[in-house]
Amino acid sequence: MSDASILDEIDRRIMLATQEGLPIVARPFAAVAEQVGIPEAEVIARFRFMQDQGIVRRVAAVPNHYRLGYTANGMTVWEVPLDVIDEAGQRLAALEYVSHCYRRPAKPPEWPYTLFAMVHAKDRAQVEARVMEMAALLGDLARSHTVLYSTKILKKTGLRIQG
Amino acid sequence: MELDATDRALLNRLQDGIPLVDRPFAAVGEELGLSEDAVLARVAAMKGAGVLSRFGPMFHAERMGGGLTLAAMAVPAEDFDRVAGQVNAFPEVAHNYAREHALNMWFVVATETPERVAAVCAAIEERTGLPVYPFPKLAEYYLNLRFKA
Repeated sequence: MSDASILDEIDRRIMLATQEGLPIVARPFAAVAEQVGIPEAEVIARFRFMQDQGIVRRVAAVPNHYRLGYTANGMTVWEVPLDVIDEAGQRLAALEYVSHCYRRPAKPPEWPYTLFAMVHAKDRAQVEARVMEMAALLGDLARSHTVLYSTKILKKTGLRIQG
Repeated sequence: MELDATDRALLNRLQDGIPLVDRPFAAVGEELGLSEDAVLARVAAMKGAGVLSRFGPMFHAERMGGGLTLAAMAVPAEDFDRVAGQVNAFPEVAHNYAREHALNMWFVVATETPERVAAVCAAIEERTGLPVYPFPKLAEYYLNLRFKA
């Protein structure tokens, strides 16, 4: 795994200049270059390096999924014993409608859930149908589950580093 | 705004990442049979209308050496707006969702170092007067951040 030690002060300035997003202009990296005070080709080369290292996943559009009609967003959480959690996680991860699937700590007694899987759908009925399918797929691996529907995006800015 | 088929194709393509070249929108346009100007106009319109939350580099917090956790709070209904404002005011809070549960506020804390996560959670507790329950990722089975438009 890479870490921040391979990044230098210029990379950091590039991050600061772009964490709010890139300008939507014909030559976005030239605009960043001007702000950081280095050539456009160097900005591009540094983004290529950061992408190769996985520090930048990609330079991409992030849609507001509500605006695309994915208005039902259910965080499904499953009480799965740790000795079978990898098996359970892999089963849910294989479903095309699960956008992320993580193991997280339980906080017993009020929070027994160890496996989180996010399901996005057009409405709640579709989420519920999918949760039933997930429950069938997990069978005895899960002792209980629930769904936390989102009712509002309160903030969505992506990651930030401080200037 | 209503998205047409071209907007949707463009949005799906742009979620996969632009090529790292000097004129990325021209390159994407060429793939889709659109001029650079048409791509720019459509992307700007989608950004302006809020269809795009963001366009730019997607940083991987852990690979940057940073810390990241999901965290939750149980916020009394009458205090919800106040607490949401206080939580959102932290630049380390990357996103925040209201959810239907006793734990009704769920947010992601992203910090420049792993050690800072606990400090930020403590600061949020102090600011809001409510406990913050961290749910750090212990294993990742799948992550896909794309949505079919």
